[in-house]
Amino acid sequence: MLLIECPYCGPRTESEFSYGAEAHIARPKNPEEISDKEWADYVFLRDNTKGIVLERWVHTAGCRRWFNLARNTVTYEILQVYEMGAKPPKIELKSFV
Amino acid sequence: MTETFRLSEGGLIDRSRPITFTFNGKTLRGYPGDTLASALIANGIHFVGRSFKYHRPRGIMSAGAEECNALFQIGDDPKTDPNSKATQVELVDGLKAASQNAWPSLDFDIGEINNVASRLIPSGFYYKTFMWPAAMWMKYEHVIRKASGLGKSPTQPDPDNYDKSYVHCDVLVVGGGAAGLSAALAAGRAGARVVLAEAEFAFGGALLSTKGETINAKPALDWVEEAVAELEDLPNVRVMKRTVCYGYFDHNFLAMREDLTDHLAAKPAHLPRHRLWKVRAKQVVIATGAIERPLVFADNDRPGIMTANAARTYVNRFAVLPGKRAVVFTNNDGAYATALDLKAAGVEVAAVVDLREVLEGPLTEKAREAGVKIHTGKGVVGTAGKKRITSVKIGEIDFDEKGIIGPVEEIACDLLLSSGGWNPTVHLFCQAKGQLVWDEDHACFVPGEPMQKAQRSAGAANGTFGIEGGLKEGYEAGKAAASDCGFKSKSRKKVSFQTSDEDFLPARWMWLVPSDKPIGRGGKHFVDMQNDSTAADLHLALREGYSSIEHVKRFTTTGMATDQGKTANVNAIGIIADVYGKPLPEVGVTTFRPPYFPVTFGIFAGRDIGDLLDPARKTPIHSWHERNGAEFECVGQWLRPWYYPKDGEDIHAAVNREVKACRNSLGILDATTLGKIDIQGQDAAEFLNRVYTNAWKKLAPGKCRYGLMLGEDGMVMDDGVTSRLGENQFVMTTTSGNAAPVMAHLEEFLQTEWPDLKVFLTSVTEQFATMTISGPNARNLLAEVTDMDLSSEALPHMGAAVGEVAGVKARIFRISFTGEQSFEINVPASYGLFLWQTLMRLGEKYNITPYGTEAMHVLRAEKGFIIVGQETDGSVTPIDLGMNWIVSKTKDFVGKRSLTRPDILKEDRKQLVGILTDDPNVVLPEGAHLVVRNSSERPLPMEGHVTSSYHSPNCGRSIAMALIKGGSKRAGERLLAPLSDGRVISCTIAESPVFYDPEGVRLNG
Amino acid sequence: MKSRYSIFSLLRNARNYHENWEKAWHSPEPKASYDVIIVGGGGHGLATAYYLGKNHGITNIAVIERGWLGGGNTGRNTTIVRSNYLWDQSAHLYEHAMKLWEGLSQELNYNVMFSQRGVMNLAHNQSDIREIGRRVNANLLNGVDSEFLTPAQIKEIVPIIDLRENGRYPVLGASFQQRGGTARHDAVAWGYARGCDEMGIDIIQECPVNGFIIENGEVKGVETGKGTIRANKVGVVVAGHSSVMANMAGFRLPIHSVPLQALVSEPVKPILNTVVMSGAVHAYISQSDKGELVIGAGTDKYIGYGQRGSLDVTEETIAAVCELFPLFKRMRMLRQWGGIVDTCPDASPIIGKTPVDNLFFNCGWGTGGFKATPGSGWVFAHTIATGEPHQLNEAFALDRFQTGYLIDEHGAAAVAH
Repeated sequence: MLLIECPYCGPRTESEFSYGAEAHIARPKNPEEISDKEWADYVFLRDNTKGIVLERWVHTAGCRRWFNLARNTVTYEILQVYEMGAKPPKIELKSFV
Repeated sequence: MTETFRLSEGGLIDRSRPITFTFNGKTLRGYPGDTLASALIANGIHFVGRSFKYHRPRGIMSAGAEECNALFQIGDDPKTDPNSKATQVELVDGLKAASQNAWPSLDFDIGEINNVASRLIPSGFYYKTFMWPAAMWMKYEHVIRKASGLGKSPTQPDPDNYDKSYVHCDVLVVGGGAAGLSAALAAGRAGARVVLAEAEFAFGGALLSTKGETINAKPALDWVEEAVAELEDLPNVRVMKRTVCYGYFDHNFLAMREDLTDHLAAKPAHLPRHRLWKVRAKQVVIATGAIERPLVFADNDRPGIMTANAARTYVNRFAVLPGKRAVVFTNNDGAYATALDLKAAGVEVAAVVDLREVLEGPLTEKAREAGVKIHTGKGVVGTAGKKRITSVKIGEIDFDEKGIIGPVEEIACDLLLSSGGWNPTVHLFCQAKGQLVWDEDHACFVPGEPMQKAQRSAGAANGTFGIEGGLKEGYEAGKAAASDCGFKSKSRKKVSFQTSDEDFLPARWMWLVPSDKPIGRGGKHFVDMQNDSTAADLHLALREGYSSIEHVKRFTTTGMATDQGKTANVNAIGIIADVYGKPLPEVGVTTFRPPYFPVTFGIFAGRDIGDLLDPARKTPIHSWHERNGAEFECVGQWLRPWYYPKDGEDIHAAVNREVKACRNSLGILDATTLGKIDIQGQDAAEFLNRVYTNAWKKLAPGKCRYGLMLGEDGMVMDDGVTSRLGENQFVMTTTSGNAAPVMAHLEEFLQTEWPDLKVFLTSVTEQFATMTISGPNARNLLAEVTDMDLSSEALPHMGAAVGEVAGVKARIFRISFTGEQSFEINVPASYGLFLWQTLMRLGEKYNITPYGTEAMHVLRAEKGFIIVGQETDGSVTPIDLGMNWIVSKTKDFVGKRSLTRPDILKEDRKQLVGILTDDPNVVLPEGAHLVVRNSSERPLPMEGHVTSSYHSPNCGRSIAMALIKGGSKRAGERLLAPLSDGRVISCTIAESPVFYDPEGVRLNG
Repeated sequence: MKSRYSIFSLLRNARNYHENWEKAWHSPEPKASYDVIIVGGGGHGLATAYYLGKNHGITNIAVIERGWLGGGNTGRNTTIVRSNYLWDQSAHLYEHAMKLWEGLSQELNYNVMFSQRGVMNLAHNQSDIREIGRRVNANLLNGVDSEFLTPAQIKEIVPIIDLRENGRYPVLGASFQQRGGTARHDAVAWGYARGCDEMGIDIIQECPVNGFIIENGEVKGVETGKGTIRANKVGVVVAGHSSVMANMAGFRLPIHSVPLQALVSEPVKPILNTVVMSGAVHAYISQSDKGELVIGAGTDKYIGYGQRGSLDVTEETIAAVCELFPLFKRMRMLRQWGGIVDTCPDASPIIGKTPVDNLFFNCGWGTGGFKATPGSGWVFAHTIATGEPHQLNEAFALDRFQTGYLIDEHGAAAVAH
């Protein structure tokens, strides 16, 4: 049960939030011009690293606002919380096997 | 009712209030402060149960959570608790305890034949047999199942209640022994918000088992009392007894179970039985003590054999004698305290058998002075006695050859105590994913590096044995934890502890004590007593190649009993390490899983069952529906009127009547449950243009439009009508079940992809009551309650208007899901019932008929309108639905690119078609699959399935829709529906799924 | 040849105090090269190696396991076996597995305790009823046994269930597959391992794979904790680690790895003989031969490799169990645990070729992998041996996410209208 620091509401328990998978994936600007593979990558491929990931969450049962986390998927440690649109933090994106 | 083994004085029991309980129907006496185990021993009862597999007679072997033998069925059905550990059951007046897993009786148990045949059923025997003939397995299994299990489940619903609470604190201290109390004092005095949780009904932990120990020159238990009193006085400290912290989850989230009424003879009705506490702690101090592990020797399971400290606990805490003549078998100094205390209480200590050779320490000398005979370098190599131990055999141990040297001596006794060292209770530390390290001096696993920060282990739980060490370490941990939360100790006074701890000699470790026969060839060295797994079983597993500790555990079931290996696991690892000749820590440990000890299901369910399982959403008009006999169906969390049976009508009659009324005159539907999202902002039209498949920018204010929404995968996600109320304001409707997902979908795109768009979304589903009047008289009725111009010129089909209806501000949308002239009226929710009743009253002359979801389904199916979730299932595109007309070719929208992937363009995809049965009176079941050619061959190629199917009173026949491979080009083709009941229904693909008024004359009228 | 297990071998060995049993499998040091390497010593990996030997005559195989064999999801699941899947492709694959289950104990000469006690899926609303109707019909035509049960029939099979006639989510019906049931999960891994060992297949435990040897787009072996091991074909079956392995090989998978929880009660005498599942209130429950109630819960919503789940998932699941079985409220939870499941966007597995030649992946089984074990091994062995998918796994190709040929097994679609 994570304790997530919503940038707008403060620390709240995991069940108030919804998960939005990998952060910093932009929707293709010209979908018609890209290949099926590129489009499939955008729709279906998300970071699944065993290690540190940058991911999106939304405070569904609170302010309903989206934000980003840097989280370790092994220890579940949250390394940083940052707003939508902010630059990704300078964190070494470790991965484990 | 004589307690022949109760001492005349002492113990932490309330002698002023004797209470009675029954054991297998026999009435016995005990006192408040007893456990069931101590009360049984007071009455001279040791033989209390039978083991899982061999049905061997078993006694009470511990005094705590590690008990693996003394399991009872407590109470009567339905308030009966199987597998209750006698050592954890607090004695209460009238308690009923019965032995388990023995038939016909504890004394004479047929299952004991398994003991005789034990050589035929070693670990894993079931993997090697019961395979022939194959069909017999279910029969064999039936017998195996009957033989396994322990107690009996209740057979009736549990009448008790359970509750849940949250608590947030600075410091959670788990364990109310010396270290825990000390930690709580330090943190509490510093001002931190502290929760102190003790699993037992008394504070003191290991101190409760002692006698004569002192802390700062006071009796240890006086110190405990003062500490608890001080903590209870501190307003920032919550002191909890009977509260086991059973689980340690991520981010310092812990779960505890509090027992509120099990120990009360009269249980107050207002109290829940147990409560789940969900704790979020800034800092955690784990002070959960340690558990003594028994030595593993031949026939170490007889009634009358227990751990040394258990005996000490029974004598000192409960003032009962666990026997009259005791032998103590040990490898460490701890058991000497037991020998001394037993002797002082009047037990004859026949011998201390010590694996160590030369012994001269403070405790051994005290024992010698007290006249206790010590056999050094020896071990217990066998025992005798069926339902109670009668004697032990001791012999000199050859540590190199793992055998016995010289003759074996027999000593008569009725009590055998063993101590093989102590295992720190590291369960919570491990649940929080901390790494254990091996403490060679104490031969035990102790906490190493924790994975989660903000926690400390203290006292015996940290491998710091002894009272003084525990007190000091606890205090330091509590102080540091508080300090990390920003609470510095105000007092400058240095806190110190002086205790009566004695120095211990080093112990001598031997995981498996040999007997006069090779392991497995006579005598059983039990490692996990409850599951009857022996050292020979462990050896067998290794011999057969089950080499990992996890394989051994699973193959032999060691550590998988209801005590989860609290005494078995480390011994098993030691025995395996010996076989491999590897250091013990290299064998590894099995994973510690929550709960620390078993906790009731009830606490997880709490009050969230029955009507509270899931919130029931009801519209403002719900009470009217109830009064008027509606049958309801669940749509998501909503309860919607399904149909309104009249005068004994069945569903078909009622739906036919409702459907006809709507076409012939006037129907009314409560549509409040439709999701409504208010969309405002200068970019609102642009936003809709991106999330819907069709164009929205040119929609004029006062107009409505139907929209189809896709996921990025191109599959239909939702549909609904959105109306433009003003230049920068729209109101979107969604399907009832999808309101929240659609809202989330829109917010996600708005906030994460298009933050530049100036658009604001607000869910207004519950702010409006919505009712639809539909039918040829809809306008006539509405005109009676509003001054608005309702003519087709002023308010055509797909028009929207705002005005007053029956004096209430209303939004009116002329939209139709029935194909009739139809008005959807939205009023503030609080006026919903009023308006509904007004319309019902005024509509009487038109035979206004409330209709439910089922009639709505029929009406829309007659018109060929889809329902998302019925015609679609997450694998259907707009093209599959024949809805190309709504898919813009010129703009991008969410999901568009997915529609041009090769498999989506294939012509043989399943497409929506109308289906007409050859016999108009036959209604195809929904979900029926259609084939070209019927045969008994399986698998039989299928063309698709029926998504919707009804009797249509307006068409005078059955109608259906189906998703059929390449269906758009197969009109007129005959198909067959072979059904599960053996019927085969023949049908034809219709020209169109629109069965009624295809030109839409009625709708525009 | 190994000596066969039977009641007679048991008697014979009892005479010798069970001191003469052979090893069920050996733990050899790896050779420098093999014909085929299977990465992952769980049920699926061992079954793959077994059928490579049995069906394709390939036995120069190493099965490489980072920990102890069967220690991943094989040893962590709730042991349910059924084949009543909705879509043809899934039904055919799982039904093939079911047929193999039905003879598996005899095939392996190892009792995997496959117990066809029946699996029931409850319906709680009209949408469920429609979904179940569709499923039962599709199953029957696909040759999968399946029937629709009325509430009265449900009560007859499971007398202790509370149908909650006036409850929040009344039980309105169920689908039932009599041939479904449970199996002893560990025994499946051990039985296959013994079968592999007998054919001379090397089972190498405690041997993490740290990388793939890829030359000119073609796999040539693996780098492991026990050195380089070469092979011209490598099959990877590592549930919970598929993305990690794919990254090593230089490609990505559309997979999310999430913890799935399960728990057991203390053991009691037989009281529940059928597997009961409910999608709407989300719980599945059965009673093991040992007497424990085995309860499956949901997954966490976010990716995690922690092999533990959140408390709120436990709460919801047990509430659902107590709703259907109010008599179990007094039972106690003995142990809870989690396993990492690899879930695909369409809740169907990926079995087949990858962007690297001769490197094959079998992954993405989500919460349903155990029941597929024999079938999964069978088709994966075919794919590896022939280089082309078996007709039963053709549809489960990785490129379906590009082409749009998804097999959406999410079960009941969203409730709407």
